Amino acid sequence: MKQTLFDKVWDSHVVKSINNGPDVLFIDRHMIHEVTSPVAFLGLKNRKLPVLYPERTFATADHNTPTLNQHLPVADPLSRNQLKALEENATAHGISYWGLGHKKNGIVHVVGPEYGITQPGATIVCGDSHTSTHGAFGAIAFGIGTSEVEMVLATQCIMQPKPKKMRISINGSLNHGVTPKDVALFIISKLTTSGATGYFVEYAGEVFEQLSMEGRMTVCNLSIEMGARGGMIAPDEKTFEYIKGREFTPQGSNWDKAMAYWKTLYTDEGATFDKELTFDGAEIDPMITFGTNPGMGMSITKVIPTAASVEGGAATYKKSLDYMGYNEGESMIGKPIDFVFIGSCTNGRIEDFRAFASIVKGKKRAKNVTAWLVPGSHKVLASIKEEGLLEIFEAAEFELREPGCSACLAMNDDKIPAGKYAVSTSNRNFEGRQGPGSRTLLASPLVAAAAAITGKITDPRTFIQ
Amino acid sequence: MAYDSFSILTSTAVPLPIENVDTDQIIPARFLKATERVGFGDNLFRDWRYNQDDSPKADFVLNDATYQGKILVGGHNFGSGSSREHAAWAVYDYGFRCVVSSFFADIFRNNCLNIGVLPVQVSTEFLAEIFEAIQDDPSTQLTVDLHKQSIVLSSNGKSEFFDINDYKKDNMLNGYDDIDYLSNIKSEIEGFALNTPL
Repeated sequence: MKQTLFDKVWDSHVVKSINNGPDVLFIDRHMIHEVTSPVAFLGLKNRKLPVLYPERTFATADHNTPTLNQHLPVADPLSRNQLKALEENATAHGISYWGLGHKKNGIVHVVGPEYGITQPGATIVCGDSHTSTHGAFGAIAFGIGTSEVEMVLATQCIMQPKPKKMRISINGSLNHGVTPKDVALFIISKLTTSGATGYFVEYAGEVFEQLSMEGRMTVCNLSIEMGARGGMIAPDEKTFEYIKGREFTPQGSNWDKAMAYWKTLYTDEGATFDKELTFDGAEIDPMITFGTNPGMGMSITKVIPTAASVEGGAATYKKSLDYMGYNEGESMIGKPIDFVFIGSCTNGRIEDFRAFASIVKGKKRAKNVTAWLVPGSHKVLASIKEEGLLEIFEAAEFELREPGCSACLAMNDDKIPAGKYAVSTSNRNFEGRQGPGSRTLLASPLVAAAAAITGKITDPRTFIQ
Repeated sequence: MAYDSFSILTSTAVPLPIENVDTDQIIPARFLKATERVGFGDNLFRDWRYNQDDSPKADFVLNDATYQGKILVGGHNFGSGSSREHAAWAVYDYGFRCVVSSFFADIFRNNCLNIGVLPVQVSTEFLAEIFEAIQDDPSTQLTVDLHKQSIVLSSNGKSEFFDINDYKKDNMLNGYDDIDYLSNIKSEIEGFALNTPL
């Protein structure tokens, strides 16, 4: 039987299949954070259930945390209370807890791979839709709701029907100035935000083979934005090289055993998918979004499409453009912006800060722009300092903050004011996502850097030799 | 968390004919800070429902007494975005027991099924008819029968079959939840775990 990568991992984790119902899926590793876990722990308490395998769950604080003065008590009482609940719940149940101030603290989808919690062939869940990030390692990883968080804590299983399978292949190579973020925004612009709903995606082809592990994480991270439950990429030498020697990766003979399994994780020649899509890497330009969902993206050089030329209802489309203060047919190049945000589980890793630095080096932040540079973890923060990027940022008048989810969803104080435009390397441009009334333009770290120094939307290729 | 069972619901409906209604609209992130499941209904569609000074926006459907009921009817791709179960809680806590749309985002649909809100997916054409009927006469009723997996529009008697797997159907008819099922097969899970090293 020819199997896809997804089949191999899913099928090997099915404890039991229910006829005309879901599979009971065993979860290898579970990550929790402060926002979607407290009600799950409350549920356990009400049912008088223990955590079945506390060693398989990992807790980090990220969604709510301030990005300035993390050594001080958290000022917002509600956030402080939620962070305290996570700490108490983790401690009471013997779950490893990397809270605020811990040297391993950071965004859950950044620290998972950093410490080797993320491994090929594993099933990984978290109460956060961007759990799809971990698929970059050939894991089945996806976001779950709080009821399911409770199930995993209590039984290490969830119950879901097996999704359909889609393969997205991109061959050729990427043009200069085109990043993994652009690849993902390109795909979503083609599929729309519901184009992959009901599917689990495998990314294949030369473009993904050439990407670094961090680039692959950015692409898999955004799988949910086209509706897919998750996305994954077959592990290769790059994957094994990345994870080797990390704290939670197998050591010694266990490594050899694991490698023997991991090397079987690829889609067999002749295995079939429910849907296959193919693109050419050369088609992709630096991308930017102009609307209020991640599917409303386009090449930075194009003009905003007319309602008549896009799928879906004209009323919803026009409502979206009204919210953004844009009109059909306008060019995005040259539009003024107010804020720049570099960070999030999508683009908050060291390569993203290197990319940003490559453009701002030797230049100055535009006076009309407020910029927040928020590393995805303490490890990323340390690398920024060690590699001399901090000096580049400071010389260019940029402020580096402490790690967390920050302005991606604005649960802390990092809110974009109403009506203001933010070029953001995060993942969602929904109405009010970055603060009530905020207007988000999703883009790569290169596009964000070009905007940060010019104060307007600028093709980053202008700055690349 | 156990919930009330669902069998047949006949109700007027609240129309929200907007596509891609995302979880950040259903409940904005700044209202996710509770450590208990209380008060989410108050913030359902917060930023569409209230101005920044907390005064109600007169033109939003939840502020229009003409439209009431236990069924919310939304446009294509309802519930896209985040995995926050708070979105489903907000829908339930506000008083809706059923959401009708021509397409649901995956995680939102799952979350609804896990807490006792029935997602009913209908054809694009039927959805348009439902919106039109409610617009013409807000007292139009919908009857959702989970046993028969049918949804009937009172204005013209038209109906459609909707899909739900047998397991989830049985759960909703009885108010059962997955965690009870899983707890009862704990020994099988433990056996499986032995062969699945960390």
